[in-house]
Amino acid sequence: MLLTLSTTHRPATDLGFLLGKHPGRAQSVEVSTGRAHVLYPEASEDRCTVALLLEVDPVGLARGPKGTAQAAFSLGQYVNDRPYAASSLLAVALGRVFASARRGTSKERPELAATPLPLEVNVPALSCQGGPALAERFFAPLGWSVQARALPLDERFPEWGDARTVALRLTGEHRLADALNHLYVALPVLDGAKHYWVAPDEVDKLVRAGEGWLAAHPDRELITRRYLVHRGSLTRQALARLAEVDDATPETLDDATEPARTAPPLVAQRHAAVLAELRSAGARRVLDLGCGGGALLPALLAEPSFEEVVGADVSHRALEEAARRLHLERMPERQRARITLLQTALTYTDARLRGYDAAVLMEVVEHVDPDRLPALEHAVFGAAAPGTVVVTTPNAEHNVRYEWLAPGTLRHRDHRFEWTRAEFAAWAERAAAAHGYGVRLVAVGPEDPEVGPPTQMAVFFRVAT
Amino acid sequence: MTGPAPAAPQVVVPDLSLVVLVGVSGSGKSTFARRHFRATQVLSSDACRGLVADDENDQSATPLAFDLLHHIAGVRLTAGRLTVVDATNVKRQDRARLVALARDHDVLPVAVVLDVPEAVCLARNAARPDRDLPAGVVRRQRAELHRGLRGLAREGFRKVTVLHGVEEVEAAQVVYERQYNDRRDDAGPFDVIGDVHGCRPELEALLERLGWVLRRDGAGRPVGAEHPEGRRAVFLGDLVDRGPDTPGVLRLVMGMVAAGTALAVPGNHEHKLVRALRGRDVRVTHGLAESLAQLSAETEAFRAEVAEFCHGLVSHYVLDGGALVVAHAGLPERLQGRSSARVRDFALYGETTGETDEYGLPVRYAWAQDYRGRATVLYGHTPVPEPEWVTATLCLDTGCVFGGRLTALRWPERELVSVPAQRVWAEPARPFPAGAAAAAPSAAPATAPQRDPGVLDVDDVLGRRVVETRHGRRIAVREEHAAAAIEVMSRFAVAPAALRWLPPTMSPPDTSALPGLLEHPAEAFAHYRAEGVAHLVCQEKHMGSRAVALVHRDGSGATWTRTGRPFFAPGLAGAFAGRLAAAAEAAGLFAELGTGWLLLDAEILPWSVKAGDLIRGQYAAVGAAARAALPAAVDVLRRAAGRGVDVGDMVATQTQRADDARAFTTAYRHHCWPTDGLEGVAVAPFQLLATEGATYHDRPHAWHLGLADRLADADPQLVRRTRRRDVDVTDPASEAAATAWWEELTAGSGEGVVVKPAGNLVRGRRGLVQPGLKVRGREYLRIVYGPDYTRPQHLERLRGRHLGRKRSLALREYALGLEALERAARGEPLWRVHECVFAVLALESEPVDPRL
Repeated sequence: MLLTLSTTHRPATDLGFLLGKHPGRAQSVEVSTGRAHVLYPEASEDRCTVALLLEVDPVGLARGPKGTAQAAFSLGQYVNDRPYAASSLLAVALGRVFASARRGTSKERPELAATPLPLEVNVPALSCQGGPALAERFFAPLGWSVQARALPLDERFPEWGDARTVALRLTGEHRLADALNHLYVALPVLDGAKHYWVAPDEVDKLVRAGEGWLAAHPDRELITRRYLVHRGSLTRQALARLAEVDDATPETLDDATEPARTAPPLVAQRHAAVLAELRSAGARRVLDLGCGGGALLPALLAEPSFEEVVGADVSHRALEEAARRLHLERMPERQRARITLLQTALTYTDARLRGYDAAVLMEVVEHVDPDRLPALEHAVFGAAAPGTVVVTTPNAEHNVRYEWLAPGTLRHRDHRFEWTRAEFAAWAERAAAAHGYGVRLVAVGPEDPEVGPPTQMAVFFRVAT
Repeated sequence: MTGPAPAAPQVVVPDLSLVVLVGVSGSGKSTFARRHFRATQVLSSDACRGLVADDENDQSATPLAFDLLHHIAGVRLTAGRLTVVDATNVKRQDRARLVALARDHDVLPVAVVLDVPEAVCLARNAARPDRDLPAGVVRRQRAELHRGLRGLAREGFRKVTVLHGVEEVEAAQVVYERQYNDRRDDAGPFDVIGDVHGCRPELEALLERLGWVLRRDGAGRPVGAEHPEGRRAVFLGDLVDRGPDTPGVLRLVMGMVAAGTALAVPGNHEHKLVRALRGRDVRVTHGLAESLAQLSAETEAFRAEVAEFCHGLVSHYVLDGGALVVAHAGLPERLQGRSSARVRDFALYGETTGETDEYGLPVRYAWAQDYRGRATVLYGHTPVPEPEWVTATLCLDTGCVFGGRLTALRWPERELVSVPAQRVWAEPARPFPAGAAAAAPSAAPATAPQRDPGVLDVDDVLGRRVVETRHGRRIAVREEHAAAAIEVMSRFAVAPAALRWLPPTMSPPDTSALPGLLEHPAEAFAHYRAEGVAHLVCQEKHMGSRAVALVHRDGSGATWTRTGRPFFAPGLAGAFAGRLAAAAEAAGLFAELGTGWLLLDAEILPWSVKAGDLIRGQYAAVGAAARAALPAAVDVLRRAAGRGVDVGDMVATQTQRADDARAFTTAYRHHCWPTDGLEGVAVAPFQLLATEGATYHDRPHAWHLGLADRLADADPQLVRRTRRRDVDVTDPASEAAATAWWEELTAGSGEGVVVKPAGNLVRGRRGLVQPGLKVRGREYLRIVYGPDYTRPQHLERLRGRHLGRKRSLALREYALGLEALERAARGEPLWRVHECVFAVLALESEPVDPRL
């Protein structure tokens, strides 16, 4: 991966003094990710260009940073654009090789180090998750003139569109130290996704490099967030391996906590409607089946009449998120005793779910393939068989009222179906009759005279046998 | 030894029991325990005190120490392990807790008392510096011990041995006693017969149908039977009541049991009959009146013999190495091979929910539906219209006395044999056959277990699991792998009823030592040669995506990926299955194989159909970045060199890398082409996995590929042939020819070949042989190992790849897949098939180098 920096300040060769690297020689430095070379393709009075070329060791890269024995278990960690596209790896090299210049100190040319110079930066292949627009968003507010061009993925297949790699050219007048610090932060931030190992001291590094410009940057929050990317849990890695087996991306299998798009008041209305039904049923021990990241659990715990609350979901990651949301590890003991989180799948029966007063399936059934709904019905109504079951699901008819939703599409990419009111009523009545329940249908959210409410709810109650 | 030794006192211990040592401090319990039991079997209160308080003599730690002791004892008993408690146990309440513990785990509590003179105990205690017992403790303990001694049996101990004095303690020998119900060493073969209920004519007919020869007394009454092939009969209880000739049935069965040609377990009717015969006050209902009337015509001696026989029946038997359990009302796994009142009650009556149905009969807990045990359970008790497997259980009571049939199951053949009732001998309280009448769902957990083949339980898949397979023995699945798999299985996979197989992973051969290569056929040939497999087939490896296709004759079906996800979107899936079904029909496969469906292992091309996102997001991205960065780097280096800067060999290196990046792009492009619907899509089937009731892994690959060729002939647009070469690894010329073919295939960007034993499923010197080894081409491997893996310094490091884990994983998954297919072919319940398929998915999430 390659970065060049040129100046037309006269004498341009003073760049060598500022960087502390002689224009007449090529220098090489071992850095943690490979070998960095500094050399000057041109060095005249009028124009001087320094090139930083990082030769990444792809095999060593896949083995992880020094001192970590962990091997990589994803093919993406072996075959990727890291050795070619400028990213955090180049930032690390830049930080090492131009350390004193980045601090703005120069023995030979102290005044020049403090002076803005006419500069040009070229990165022929920059990993930029977000495309030219993001590069523009990062550098333009800092006073750079930005030329960013997305590279095509493959000329043979133009229909594939652009790569996340951008050819970047920046021009502007900056102190050299500022320019280097901009690049030092920009490379990992624009790269975004693949910053593999984040140590706690990364925060300090960001603060130091961002001194004098980051605080005033309009996108400082985005920059900070993307700079500090975190790693996933063990289960998440296991899921990623399963995606790997299928030549799929990890996101395909790990989207359990992504919420459906909907207006915030509707979420609150849905919660209120569910809680009202649980209260009026007199439920004391409640199951939240398909609790996801635990959106409803705090509300359930807030009501002392619910003596026991169980949040169940098939996604291990969703349960971890629920535990975080509830601050489970520092919850007082008595409170903690009221809540259980457990992993289960609703298409399998589960003895642990037997004997509860009520179960909530809030926005859950539409995530189950239609041919597996009978298994869910059996597991919930037949096997777990709580006294009351509250089911909510989108009303498909209402979708035409959402201008953000293309006609004929569903509200969430994981929805397997969305029912009209008639379809939901038919399902609810059949499921109720088959398992000895009665059912009542309730509208949730503002009821549109034509297309009905945004959410529909069915309240099942077990009929005494 | 001098002088005549007294006969050594024997301490009889059932092999699964809780042995409670009783004796004062210093009576030698620990020494006794050490001498007669394994260290791991003995739980000592002193040791537990040490564990909780770091001091074996800290009396303040006693309550906690006993909590720990009871906990460990409980865990051991749950696991079915004999456990010995080494504590004084002189207090009645201490012993009561242990008796309760044994009963909770349905094992027998046994007491062994060491009654040693006080002086001996005091001397021993005095000799132990760490033990500082206050005066009088030993005396008080002895007094308490002697007070309790006579009541030990009443306290619930099923065996009590008292060893008097030091000599008896020293001389005692422990004798293990097998439990009455443990007949695991008895492998049959058996004819297991359901409820007879006094139907002697039908029993005679059934035995004769099964090939038995009856033995009759002078009056022509059957008094015994032998089978010419040495088979044994097993009677599932309820021999008596309701029917026409209870004494006749008993005479025959008692004769067979006495002669050793039959085993019998008791039913609730025998249990009640014994009580009635012994003059207890029982309600004479449910056909008992007929038995008593019929028996009153018999001799007193016969009646006594009947009472003796019925009383002596053992609640249930575990047979055939633990593979078969027989009990009148069935038995859940946790009670099998155990002994307690609860075991007996369950075996006799089953478990009831406490409710009664509209006929006033108890509603029974449908234990069979929840049964997940390893053993097959055969039982009776509840008349069913037809015997039907419910999980691994089968009810053989087909209501003979109510005009149904008398049924037997041949074990291990699992064949059902039955004879019809000659007439309706009794009217049931609840209408029979139940099947026709009990359709109303409100009558919920009814008597007849309702078979529900579609229901799966999380216990079938979650947690740490071990799956028994015929070909690969026991295969363990780790909890965290199951946790990841259930998410994929329940959210993304094809419904379990269709998903009866997942492809195993495949290993490459040992790494080649040839320059510039990681893989070469020579190592694959050598691998099989070392396993003693000479005849191989090399199959062209289509660079697409692995797919499993279930094709029904009516054109429906499902196609799934390596993780069970649907391969196509719904519309396309139907079209694909329809095309394949039509091809199979045209090729005559359904008719020839006598099946309504085919399960095919195949590759679907191009790779970009399924892996489009991955190719664009990863491979194409690499190419794009490399093609932009490397020429720029070459340019910079050339200009610097032009200025006279010494850049070493970097121009050459970067130029070489730019060439490698272009070769990489060529490699992945080879496996991409545009498709539109099924237009441009091809499928290459290479193995028929299963059809209705049949599996084919014992058929040679030539047979499988022959079928695939016929499919290709029937629809050449959709179905692609798999090119192949036979290899004899004992013939160098044959090897050379196959190697040349591999070189030709991989000279472009062809993926390579899969080398398989020609005979398909083959066992080698160390058991199951790898079903295939993939030998991939040099250019293709750029996609896997990166554009410049061929550079010598990279290649050298890559040669150190560790194949062991991948090989083991491939074999485990292969064995699980075979097990799933075989279980499905045998018509086993869904959960039994699903647990294997699920295990394959869970194993796939194991961390293994994905490049292998």
